[in-house]
Amino acid sequence: MAPIRFTVNGAPVEVTDLHPTTTLLQYLRIHRRLTGTKEGCAEGDCGACTVTVGEWLDGRLRWRAVNACILFLPTLHGKAVLTVEGLSAESQPLHPVQRAFVDHHAAQCGFCTPGFVMALVAHRLDPENGVHLATEDVIAGNLCRCTGYRPILDAAAAAEPGGLEPAPPPALSDEAMPDYRAAGGRFRMPRSGDELAACLRETPDATLLAGGTDIGLWVTKALRALDDLVWLGACADLQRIDATSDGLRIGAAVRLHDAYPILAEHWPELGELLRRFACVQIRQAGTVLGNVLNASPIGDGSPAFLALGASLVLRKGDRRRTVPLDTFFLAYRKTALEPVEFAEALLLPWPADGQVFKAIKLSKRFDQDISAVMGAFRLTLADGVVTDARLAFGGLAAIPRRSPSAEAALVGHRLDEAAIEAACAAFRQDFQPIDDVRATAAYRLEAGQNLLRRLFLELTRPADAPRILDLEIAA
Amino acid sequence: MTRLQAVAAPLPHDSAELHVTGRARYVDDLPEPQGCLHAAVGQSARAHARIVRMDLSRVAAAPGVVAVLTGADFPGLNQIGPVLLDEPALAQHSVDYHGQAVFAVAATSYELARRAVTLAEIDYEDLPAAIHLEDALAENLDLLLPYEMRRGDPDAAMARSAHFLEGSFRLGGQDHFYLEGQIALAAPGEDGGMDVHASTQHPTEVQHVVARCLGEIDAKVRVECRRMGGGFGGKETQANQIAAIAAVLARKTGRPVKFRLDRDVDMTLTGKRHDFRIDYRVGFDEDGRIEAITFGQAARGGCSADLTGAIADRAMFHADNAYFFPHVRIRSRRLKTHTVSNTAFRGFGGPQGMLGIEEVIDEIARHLGRDPLDVRRANLYGPAPRNLTPYHMEVEDFVLPEIMDELEQSSGYRERRAAIEAWNRTSPVLKRGIALTPVKFGISFTTSHLNQAGALIQLYTDGSVLLNHGGTEMGQGLYVKVQQIVAEELQIPTGLIRITAADTSKVPNTSPTAASSGTDMNGMAALAAARTLKERLTTFAAEKYGVPAHKVVFQDGAILLGEHRMSLRELAKEAWMARVQLSATGYYATPKIHYDRDQAHGRPFYYFAYGAACCEAVIDTLTGENRILRADLLHDVGRSLNPAIDRGQIEGGFVQGLGWLTTEELWWTKEGALASHAPSTYKIPCASDLPRDFRVAIWERGRNQERSVHRSKAVGEPPLMLAIAAFQAIKDAIAQAVPGRGSPRLDAPATPERVLFAVNELRGRTAALDLARAAE
Repeated sequence: MAPIRFTVNGAPVEVTDLHPTTTLLQYLRIHRRLTGTKEGCAEGDCGACTVTVGEWLDGRLRWRAVNACILFLPTLHGKAVLTVEGLSAESQPLHPVQRAFVDHHAAQCGFCTPGFVMALVAHRLDPENGVHLATEDVIAGNLCRCTGYRPILDAAAAAEPGGLEPAPPPALSDEAMPDYRAAGGRFRMPRSGDELAACLRETPDATLLAGGTDIGLWVTKALRALDDLVWLGACADLQRIDATSDGLRIGAAVRLHDAYPILAEHWPELGELLRRFACVQIRQAGTVLGNVLNASPIGDGSPAFLALGASLVLRKGDRRRTVPLDTFFLAYRKTALEPVEFAEALLLPWPADGQVFKAIKLSKRFDQDISAVMGAFRLTLADGVVTDARLAFGGLAAIPRRSPSAEAALVGHRLDEAAIEAACAAFRQDFQPIDDVRATAAYRLEAGQNLLRRLFLELTRPADAPRILDLEIAA
Repeated sequence: MTRLQAVAAPLPHDSAELHVTGRARYVDDLPEPQGCLHAAVGQSARAHARIVRMDLSRVAAAPGVVAVLTGADFPGLNQIGPVLLDEPALAQHSVDYHGQAVFAVAATSYELARRAVTLAEIDYEDLPAAIHLEDALAENLDLLLPYEMRRGDPDAAMARSAHFLEGSFRLGGQDHFYLEGQIALAAPGEDGGMDVHASTQHPTEVQHVVARCLGEIDAKVRVECRRMGGGFGGKETQANQIAAIAAVLARKTGRPVKFRLDRDVDMTLTGKRHDFRIDYRVGFDEDGRIEAITFGQAARGGCSADLTGAIADRAMFHADNAYFFPHVRIRSRRLKTHTVSNTAFRGFGGPQGMLGIEEVIDEIARHLGRDPLDVRRANLYGPAPRNLTPYHMEVEDFVLPEIMDELEQSSGYRERRAAIEAWNRTSPVLKRGIALTPVKFGISFTTSHLNQAGALIQLYTDGSVLLNHGGTEMGQGLYVKVQQIVAEELQIPTGLIRITAADTSKVPNTSPTAASSGTDMNGMAALAAARTLKERLTTFAAEKYGVPAHKVVFQDGAILLGEHRMSLRELAKEAWMARVQLSATGYYATPKIHYDRDQAHGRPFYYFAYGAACCEAVIDTLTGENRILRADLLHDVGRSLNPAIDRGQIEGGFVQGLGWLTTEELWWTKEGALASHAPSTYKIPCASDLPRDFRVAIWERGRNQERSVHRSKAVGEPPLMLAIAAFQAIKDAIAQAVPGRGSPRLDAPATPERVLFAVNELRGRTAALDLARAAE
């Protein structure tokens, strides 16, 4: 049985006896007595447990801010964990970010502070972490209830460069597939799609784990016992994004954060959607495909990919099939995935001439929230006439899905007000949403139609309908 | 040599370096005592039901479980209520809300305890449940007696008024969402004693409740709290139950027990801000000047009294906000629902009462077609006879006209209103709005006996000082402020003054750190202790060195004795050698206050804190999305003890209020379960919700007219209500979206959904694109 090996603040550690669903937070707080990292929610939504994790990816050293509360310990194999305790030793000068937090009064109760510091430190350590992100985005996954954030933003802006350069993670060369067993649990880390396929053939009931941003909650919230996990985070071939002549092929282990630049480059609307997709910590762990495969009716990715005509490459043993996303979702949390089968990649066709794509997410809070209603629309226009329409919605049905009636009302028609109003009327035939904590059925129906109206205005009179987040008012 | 100036310096929080390094210890970070067990509770799956059968045998047999506890097992009373004994720590016989604690376990680990409680078998027989305020109103379920305040003859005066309006609206509750969940660690002592580390704003009440539940005298229970990871009122009474369960389990097992709530349990088990329904009738003149007004305030108390009485009272005390009512009647009902018992939350009813009148003012303004700011101004308190509150207190320190003048100018309110109206004519989908609203907030506990505080100062023979007082630190900077006060008084650097945890064995019989009064009261008590100590040292030094007492001067770390000069270290040592007592207590009771509740008449507040805010909002009329583009805040903190800390309270309070009124929505299922019980479903503001243009200023001319500590003013709660300007700005944007259709009906919080439907209602369900065209 292989131990899990990683470093904590530079010191190598081996874990041999903890159940594989032990979270990094539990390990730090209970087993290492490193209590600077806090639990605020145990669901990856508050950032109090943020730590920085270093890993080698394609020969490059990456530093990521992640939520320790939902990160299973074995996923750290071969990585370097940096916690707030590792930033500045006692009686040593503070790290520049810490210094700035003191100087700008950015901590009141202080409970969220280590998480903010580590989120900002991770951002500074990794030049690839997204120069496109404003500080508000870097800390969108960190909640503070005391300060109102102004001093935190000031501190982030004022922090001097420098600070420690943490030691890179240990170079491991596992000869066999790491197969960790402890406390009645098993955790396998296949290094390729082939090994993964073999694992699933051997144990069809094993839980397939990607970023764990959903499955982590099965353990921390639902207290489910997961005793056999197969993790695809070590599959090098599934970490790839390939640009083919047909489109993008996004591997099953590609994290949302890593897909961000290329998706934003080709589909700016997807970039903005991803910016508001959960938060950095979640995007640094969660995968593009995981968000699709968990089949949530309110995931942000699926409506967009439905509208873009994406399909999934599913693999079972050596058999592969390509399934359009249109037919993948069957019922609430039920998909076309067969036992032993797993998704290998998402295929996203390139934008074509005449196509326009818009994605609009409605939520109670702009950042780090789950949609109440999400609309993603791809229209193909020729001489002002709609030749193809893909109108996909989240939050309106038990699965993310398109509105066939609204699409039919548009195709073949000139894109004008009458056509849009006809589409709105048709839209109402396609959905019977429910009331829940995020919105009432009435709002979902009303806002869903208004998203079609907004689409029309944005395409025909863009100056009249800027998005609320784009509005800048000169002081 | 000059005097050491510690007061008014923008010192960092005393724990700032501990916070940023992760070395600040919260209760869960303390090294666990040997053999420490972990508690969890089993929660009711029904809103209101009789417990027909409860089989806990599988719980008891679960791995790691050492003890199972029910309400019947309490050695003392199974009661956690702070005022009335109407709420059990663990429900017996019947349950009163979904999520109520029914039994508890102690197990060898936190995870095992959480797993064990899922194994209970409980059969219920459902009873009729009132979940929402409307249910309770329909059933006339009053939790406490209604209460009324009145002055003049509002009905007769209203009948004479040229204009009349009436209406009703709802405003939602709020979860505290302190980042550190509730927690207590109880360790049994050798003599029936119990030592408790609790995350609490009220160690004394925790002490009393733990003693009550154990059936012990208060003296056997010691409660300590060094810091909380946020409180906001949520740890005023809500810490009682946590500590009580930990302590009773500790007694039962003879081992230390830690009880920490995970986020979902915290949000379902503990109380929140009261949601309200407010009905009003108002008569006014051509200028919008109110002649008579009546309010009906209905507060959702939840399943028990908790602090609902005082909270509903404070809502009434703030039904006037900053405005004079010639004739007024305020009726308050405190309703019982089968939901978690609502509790203290920053503002303590004040925000709800204040939002009520600000809504009315807006309605009057739109009815008359006037700028709401003009109507606000027309109604402000003024010289006698326009200085009398509905509870017959004279407003003696009314500085709002000056503050509002200054803010109106600095924010450019008038020009911006004109610019916004022009802009809205060119923007068919997005609409902007602006509002400027005042805050007047009464400072003192309206439960008068709570207005007292104690402190303990110990001088050691090396000249260092240990400081203790009854206040608790939840991030608000109380401890550094009191340290500054003592440093200035003793003329020694703050570094020589060690701050220590609130501890019921050091300073007894304390009041909660609440009602914004922490610094006012504990600062004064510490000042009194420092003065006592100084007097003793002065008397001793004067005698020993043969100088008159007035020639003994404490200055910048030294004591000047005429020509002679010595350090505090030398003086302390000499005084000790001469057997002079070097520890001193201090005590403070807020003067001037009194209130006759039967007559609703008196002076419940020592003084008022003031502020004003100007907010600009934008809404999307197709989606209801909204945000605040700019906020200008101007707030009166008297003479600031620490401008950095005070600014932090102003900004943080405002953003918390913004959350309450915009994104934070509590949502119950029809079965009475709280569905918004974690940050995934309950959305407090995040960094991008801060207005991009955020201009915050402390009012420079501020000075407390009363003899408060260094003429400062309380700052904990009042700024939260500055956020009312944001809500009214959103409402203004809705009104401007459909000009000429009157005032929108908007309940709080202003979620996208409520904003969209308010727009739709105003425009009478015209198709959205028609609206877009209408604006062209």
